[in-house]
Amino acid sequence: MYEGAVQDLIDELGRLPGIGPKSAQRIAFHLLQTDPTEARRLADAITRVKATMRFCVQCHNVSQAEHCRICLDPRRDDTLLCVVEEPRDVVAIERTREFRGRYHVLGGAISPIDGIGPDQLHIRELVLRLDAEPVAEVILATNPNVEGEATASYLSRLLATLEVRATRLASGLPVGGDLDYADEVTLGRAFSGRRDVGI
Amino acid sequence: MPSYRDQGVVLRTYRLGETDRIVHLLTRGRGKVRAVAKGVRRPGSRFGGRLEAYSLVDLQLHEGRNLDVVTQAELLTAHAEVRADYARSAAAAVMVELADQVVQEGEAEPEVLELLLAGLGALAAGPDDPSVFVDAYLLRLAGLVGFPATAAVCAACQAPGPHVFLSVRAGGALCPDCAPAGTRAVDPEVVASLAQLAAIGEWASLPRLAREHPVARRTAAAYARAFVEHHLDRRLRSYEHVPRP
Ligand SMILES: [Zn+2]
Ligand SMILES: [Zn+2]
Repeated sequence: MYEGAVQDLIDELGRLPGIGPKSAQRIAFHLLQTDPTEARRLADAITRVKATMRFCVQCHNVSQAEHCRICLDPRRDDTLLCVVEEPRDVVAIERTREFRGRYHVLGGAISPIDGIGPDQLHIRELVLRLDAEPVAEVILATNPNVEGEATASYLSRLLATLEVRATRLASGLPVGGDLDYADEVTLGRAFSGRRDVGI
Repeated sequence: MPSYRDQGVVLRTYRLGETDRIVHLLTRGRGKVRAVAKGVRRPGSRFGGRLEAYSLVDLQLHEGRNLDVVTQAELLTAHAEVRADYARSAAAAVMVELADQVVQEGEAEPEVLELLLAGLGALAAGPDDPSVFVDAYLLRLAGLVGFPATAAVCAACQAPGPHVFLSVRAGGALCPDCAPAGTRAVDPEVVASLAQLAAIGEWASLPRLAREHPVARRTAAAYARAFVEHHLDRRLRSYEHVPRP
């Protein structure tokens, strides 16, 4: 235990995701030794993000206003809706410049073992959007891991009952890699997701 | 650092840092093992999809001070069908959650591992209603770790049954002499369903049991959960996410 404010800072940092007690200590002492203006910049950034940012009421992405920029953009395609787990997935897909539709952020993935079921995610809001918006295709872009698969399976059943077309992002071989390095699960998925080329 | 090789089922994983995961395994040789899989979240990682929950893998590990480190992983059975379906995945989540809680590090529990593999195999075969396998698994695992849900003999005095006074606290069915006053007798069909669910052995007949005796099966399911939570003193977080007919 350290004295006063240092220990408080270590405790607060230690509560952040992915930061263990050792890292918390290292960051705290770094901040203690750093230039005051630099430390102030960090403190201001944290205060500002809490004061000015919120979640878009339509897609649940991070936003500066009630609606985010993507939801307000008239050039986006209303018939395509891409469902992702987290705001960072929106950023990753936007970087591809392949997708011109709209998004819906679930706020996580179904994980029964963590007590997270469909009701803890923005799934009810998704159903409401499908009723109100002219969506022709829902693209399920959840992670290709056990939680993301469970979520995609749950949503695909739900969308079938609503008679909405659902597609799932293809999974397969990493571009630039060698085929014989791929593991069986990835290679198997690449096979089942193969598609026609040529005629 | 000494290194070792073992087979095990991936119970669950936690994100660690930018690209790693902590993996909980139920192994043949060492019971529960907690290990780090470095870089596993990067696309193109050498582990790829092998270390996803419910997979049976053959592993090479380095012993660490706190967590072991996975250095090689080979897939033996992926159980990919289980992950691909919400209901089956939720059922498997209950199975691994309980195994994760009852098996200790360094204590091999080969029967628990076999039970888990049988349960995952039953789920992979594609039942319409995976929840009956959850109930069977719970009762069978409770029996393996010392809390058999007996129905054939009185749980208190061992008098031969079948008996119809079910008691979670007593650990099974009680004879009329041992049952506390006011204990409600259940339908003999419920006791029979319970016995069939709890008996270590085949799984294939269970879906038929569930279809043909829906009421008995529902009572047995409620009992199974209460029984496990009482005797193992665990609340099962994933249980209520399993879809039930
Ligand atoms: Zn939005
Ligand atoms: Zn008795």
